[in-house]
Amino acid sequence: MTAMLDIKKLEVAYGGIRAIKGIDFHVKEGELVTLIGANGAGKSSTLRALSGLVKPAGGTVTYKGKDITGVPSHALVGLGIALCPEGRGVFARLSVHENLLMGAYARNDKAQIAVDVDEIYTMIPRLKERNFQMAGTLSGGEQQMLAIGRAMLAQPKLLMLDEPSMGLAPLMVEKIFEIIRLIAKRNTTILLIEQNAQLALEHADRGYVLESGEITLQGDAKVLLADPRVKAAYLGG
Amino acid sequence: MSMDVLLQQIANGLVVGSVYALVALGYTMVYGILQLINFAHGEIVMIGALTALVTANGLLSAGLPSVLALIISIFVAMVVCAISGVLIERIAYRPLRNAPRLAPLITAIGVSILLQQIAILVFGRNYFSFPELIDKTPIQIGAITVTMNEIVIVVTSVALMAGLIWLVHRTKIGTAMRATAENQKVAGLMGIDINKIIGITFAIGSALGAVAGVMVASNYGQAHYYMGFMLGLKAFTAAVMGGIGNLWGAMIGGLILGLVENVGLIFVRGDYKDIFAFIVLVAVLIFRPQGLVGEKVAERA
Repeated sequence: MTAMLDIKKLEVAYGGIRAIKGIDFHVKEGELVTLIGANGAGKSSTLRALSGLVKPAGGTVTYKGKDITGVPSHALVGLGIALCPEGRGVFARLSVHENLLMGAYARNDKAQIAVDVDEIYTMIPRLKERNFQMAGTLSGGEQQMLAIGRAMLAQPKLLMLDEPSMGLAPLMVEKIFEIIRLIAKRNTTILLIEQNAQLALEHADRGYVLESGEITLQGDAKVLLADPRVKAAYLGG
Repeated sequence: MSMDVLLQQIANGLVVGSVYALVALGYTMVYGILQLINFAHGEIVMIGALTALVTANGLLSAGLPSVLALIISIFVAMVVCAISGVLIERIAYRPLRNAPRLAPLITAIGVSILLQQIAILVFGRNYFSFPELIDKTPIQIGAITVTMNEIVIVVTSVALMAGLIWLVHRTKIGTAMRATAENQKVAGLMGIDINKIIGITFAIGSALGAVAGVMVASNYGQAHYYMGFMLGLKAFTAAVMGGIGNLWGAMIGGLILGLVENVGLIFVRGDYKDIFAFIVLVAVLIFRPQGLVGEKVAERA
C-alpha cells in the first residue's frame, strides 16, 4: 500500500542555516504517526514545510500520489489537509462559534457544516458552553480544543497537529489526547508533532524521532516507547 | 451664544461628520488588516469625485434627469475607485507585504502624490463646478436649516455604515476579513485566500471613499485634484481618534470630529476651522493613544 503522505529528502533552510537536513518519512491512510523530538530538533520546521508556510529548500512532499511541495497553505485545505498550528492560533477576537465556522471556510455545504459544528460541540462540550464567547477569553486548554475542533471542520483526510500539549496542565493534556484518540477512531489520518514523547508514543501507531534536523530512530510506537535510546533521551531514563 | 446657533452647528457637524466617518472607514479597514496607513485613501476620494463629475456632466448633457445621473455617477465612481484601490494594493503595497513597516507607509505617501499628479495631468489644476444633482434649496426644520443634499449625505452614510457592519459581522466574507486581520498565517490554514480578502477590503474601503467624494463635491459644488488631501487627513484623524482598526471607532470618531469642528466655529473664525481636527489628534495621541473605543481583548497563552 502506498503512503497517503510521503516525504522524501525534505530540506528546510532559514537563511544559511539548514534546520531540516533531508528527511524521509511517510504516513499511511488511517494511521496515527508521531514525529517526536526535543525543542529545536526541527519538528515545527517540518510541519511548516508540509503546510506551505515555508518553501522547502529541497525534497518532495507527495500526498495521495500528488506532488504538493510548496503548495500555498490556503490551497491545501481543499485537498483534505488541515493543520492545527503550534500555539493554537485561535482567532481571539472571533467568537468560538465563528472560529469553528472559519474552519469550514473552504466548504460550501451550509447544512452539513451546521451538523458538523454540532458534532464538534457534542464531542467537546466545553466549546458549546462558550460558543458565543470570544476565543481570546478561553483558557489555553480550551483554545487548543477549539483549534482542533476548527481543524476538524475542514473535513480533513489528514490532520496535522503541531504540539497540542504545549504549555498545558497535565489534566488538560489528558483531555486533549482523549479528543485526538476520538478523531483517530473516526478514520482521520493524523500526523502528530509532539515534544511529550511518552504521551505521543502511547497513542500513536508509529513514530519517528527527529534530532537536529535528522531522523535518528523510527518504527512501531510501542517498540520506540521501550527503546532505551528513546527512554534515555526523552522519557527521563 | 444662542441655542439656535448651537443646534445649527450640530446639524452641520453631523453632515460633515458622516462624510469623515465614511472616509475614516477606509483608513481603518486597511489598517485593521495590514497595519498600514493608506495615505493614498484621500486621493481615492478625489478620484471618486472627479469620476462622478465627468460621468454626471456626460449624463446630464445626454438629457438624463439629475436623480438618475446622480445614482449612475455614484455607481461608476464606486467601481472606478474600487478598481483603483485594488490596483494600488496589488502594485504598490503587496510587494512590500513583508518589508519593514516604514516602507509601505512611505510608498503610500508616494502613491498619494502620484495620484494627485495624474489628476493634474488629466484634469489640470482647475476647480470644476460640480453639477447640482440634489436640490440645495434650504429647508427649515424647527430652528435649523438644512438642504436635501445634506439629508441625503447623512442618510446614505448611515445606510452604508450599517451595511458595512452587517457585512463584517454577519457574513462569511466579513468573518474571514476579521480572521485575516487577526492572523494571516492561520487564516491561510483555514483555506482563506488572504490576498483575495485584502483585495476585497481595499475595494470596499475605496468604494465608500468614492461615495464620500461624490457627496462632498455635490455639497460644496466643486471638485479638484487637491480635494482629497485635507479631507483624507481629517478622516485619518477621525480614525485615530476612534481607535484605528476599529469600525465603530472610525464612525464615532468621524461624527465627533465633524461636531467639534462645527461647534468650534461658533467661537473662532472660519479660517481656523481646520485646527480643531489637529488639536483633537494631538490630544488623543497624548491622552488616549488607543483611541476612544480601542479595546484590548485578553489573549491568554
